[in-house]
Amino acid sequence: MTDSDDLTKTTAATDAAAPAAIAEPVAEGGAAPTAFLEVRDLRVHFPTDDGVVKSVDGLSFKLEKGKTLGIVGESGSGKSVTSLAVMGLHRASRQQRSKVRMSGEIWLDGQELIGADPDDVRRLRGREMAMIFQDPLSALHPFYSVGQQIVEAYRVHHDVDKKTARKRAIEMLDRVGIPQPDKRVDDHPHQFSGGMRQRAMIAMALVNNPELLIADEPTTALDVTVQAQILDLIRDLQKEFGSAVIIITHDLGVVAELADDLLVMYGGRCIERGPAEKVFYAPQHPYTWGLLGSMPRIDREQTDRLIPVKGSPPSLINVPSGCAFNPRCPYADIPKDNLTRTVRPELRQVDNGGTPANEGVAGGGGHFSACHMSQEERERIWTEEIAPKL
Amino acid sequence: MILLLIVSAVTFGIFFLLPKLAGQSSDQLAQQYIGKAPTAADIAAVKKNLGLDKPVYEQYWDFLKGIFVGVDYKFGPDVATCHRPCFGYSFKTHIEVWPEIQSRLPVTLSLAAGAAVIWVVSGVATGVLSALRPGSLFDRAAMGVALAGVSLPMFFTGALALALFTYQWPIFERSDYVPLLEDPFAWARTLVLPWVTLAFLYSALYARLTRAGMLETLNEDYIRTARAKGLRERKVVVRHGLRAALTPIITVFGMDLGLLLGGALITEQVFSLQGVGAFAVQAITANDLPNILGVTLLAAFFIVLCNLVVDVLYAAVDPRVRLS
Repeated sequence: MTDSDDLTKTTAATDAAAPAAIAEPVAEGGAAPTAFLEVRDLRVHFPTDDGVVKSVDGLSFKLEKGKTLGIVGESGSGKSVTSLAVMGLHRASRQQRSKVRMSGEIWLDGQELIGADPDDVRRLRGREMAMIFQDPLSALHPFYSVGQQIVEAYRVHHDVDKKTARKRAIEMLDRVGIPQPDKRVDDHPHQFSGGMRQRAMIAMALVNNPELLIADEPTTALDVTVQAQILDLIRDLQKEFGSAVIIITHDLGVVAELADDLLVMYGGRCIERGPAEKVFYAPQHPYTWGLLGSMPRIDREQTDRLIPVKGSPPSLINVPSGCAFNPRCPYADIPKDNLTRTVRPELRQVDNGGTPANEGVAGGGGHFSACHMSQEERERIWTEEIAPKL
Repeated sequence: MILLLIVSAVTFGIFFLLPKLAGQSSDQLAQQYIGKAPTAADIAAVKKNLGLDKPVYEQYWDFLKGIFVGVDYKFGPDVATCHRPCFGYSFKTHIEVWPEIQSRLPVTLSLAAGAAVIWVVSGVATGVLSALRPGSLFDRAAMGVALAGVSLPMFFTGALALALFTYQWPIFERSDYVPLLEDPFAWARTLVLPWVTLAFLYSALYARLTRAGMLETLNEDYIRTARAKGLRERKVVVRHGLRAALTPIITVFGMDLGLLLGGALITEQVFSLQGVGAFAVQAITANDLPNILGVTLLAAFFIVLCNLVVDVLYAAVDPRVRLS
């Protein structure tokens, strides 16, 4: 209980300047969710000696089965922390639990996970939800064979003998496109190539037919040539298994084709969210523009150099007041009354006349952005200044 | 192959250097062998018998031959057969070196093996528990005790243990070593105190080593993967964490055990155990070169052997080490 007190206090202190605008929508103990995965006002804070690191600070989204959500942002924006929070991996061990403060709600298939007993969440891990990680070499145990590791993952949730599990492992390895799976099953991770390792990781994650698959930067550590193969594989498997997929990446190119919805994170919050094509082709936040500008593209003629987003990511201990992006935003002075630096912008629906993202969870369909500039201004800047340069 | 080269180099080094370090010429060696004030003829005879008049490589060859096939020493008409492995005869007692060592080996082996089991189990367990809750009361207490264990020398803890548990409260009375096969209970009873004292010294080190290794390992990505599978935390820690943290512990364990098997000098002294270590101390005090040579070689042999075992274990534990 002290946890939530703490959170309220810190939030209140930071946002004292403009409480009205920042107050998070009322969703506490709200109604049962309608979506398969629903995250409401998620906050993941890590108290340290230097202050509270607010890795995720009020994030909400929805995801349906069979759909793919892309979470985009630079390092330290809170994307990985979000995915680990959904998996319950901030509270897996006693030591971890002593280091984290979490609040909000995570509903998976009608079950709330943040208030749940960690052991109940553990039982869901690997069965209902699974995760693949950035670097498959370090994410696979070097001392056990690939087969042993998949067998272990299967037998945690299935009461079968090793032989049956091994058959299942070989089947999965075959499914993810590893040649001679009955031989490679006994190989150790160091005997696999990078792409094969990630395939094995995927086989391990999908061995229990999870309904939610989280891929945290699944291609970042891989060769460019292999990246597309892995993404294709994820897409195919998603179609086959009908699972919900969250792809976390800093690379917009990765999610461009794959994601149905995009969520752009900055400083632990969502600054833009919407259907992928809208976020891509009509982005409504200067930070998203920056991301697009810094992405190399071959489908358009390169008239200029890549445009980097100037400055560095915000401190998660002392998040800039107002809009967290304001120190780096070239348009910070456009809104009147120094609004950008004093009041934290709310997520507002773009394609519906600026309605606030009420409950913060209206995931399906709407395009939302958290920016103080008026929609007309943003559209003007996008069409006149940004889009032509891309 | 390399191992054999190392062993032979070590034997030769010891063989060649020991007399030099002791600052003795072959005359003096012969003189020692005779003991009483010798005549020049005596010296010459002994030198001939022991082969001390031959060049050093021939002596070394004879020495090696002694170890592998045995040697016949001729004393005039008498022939003394020194069976393999022959390290020669003691200068002082004129008893063959190897049987002397052999009779003391069980004591040292028992001491080392028993202590090793205790220290590995207790040290690793303490380290794991500490690593699971760093900063907890248990962790701090354990690491405090470990610091004491590392810092306190054997002759202090050993003497303290004796004073408390043998003299103050006579739980473990002093008695001579009883062979394991003769009476296992009495065997264990005589050794409990030295085991625990010796293990305390080592387990402290192992607890710290394990704790550091575990803390590092538990931050690895594959631990997160193991948790993401939904494994119970206990399995995550033992099957995935400890398994990986064990490698450096095996290395150190091999070295420590190898050293110990060559004789736990101080422990054997403190607890008056007639092991190889005590034998070595006596040999050194008496400047009895063949005996010193014998125990040193034995110690070197154990170290090499233990390192070989460590290498094999490595391959068993870490598949990346296996030759493909």
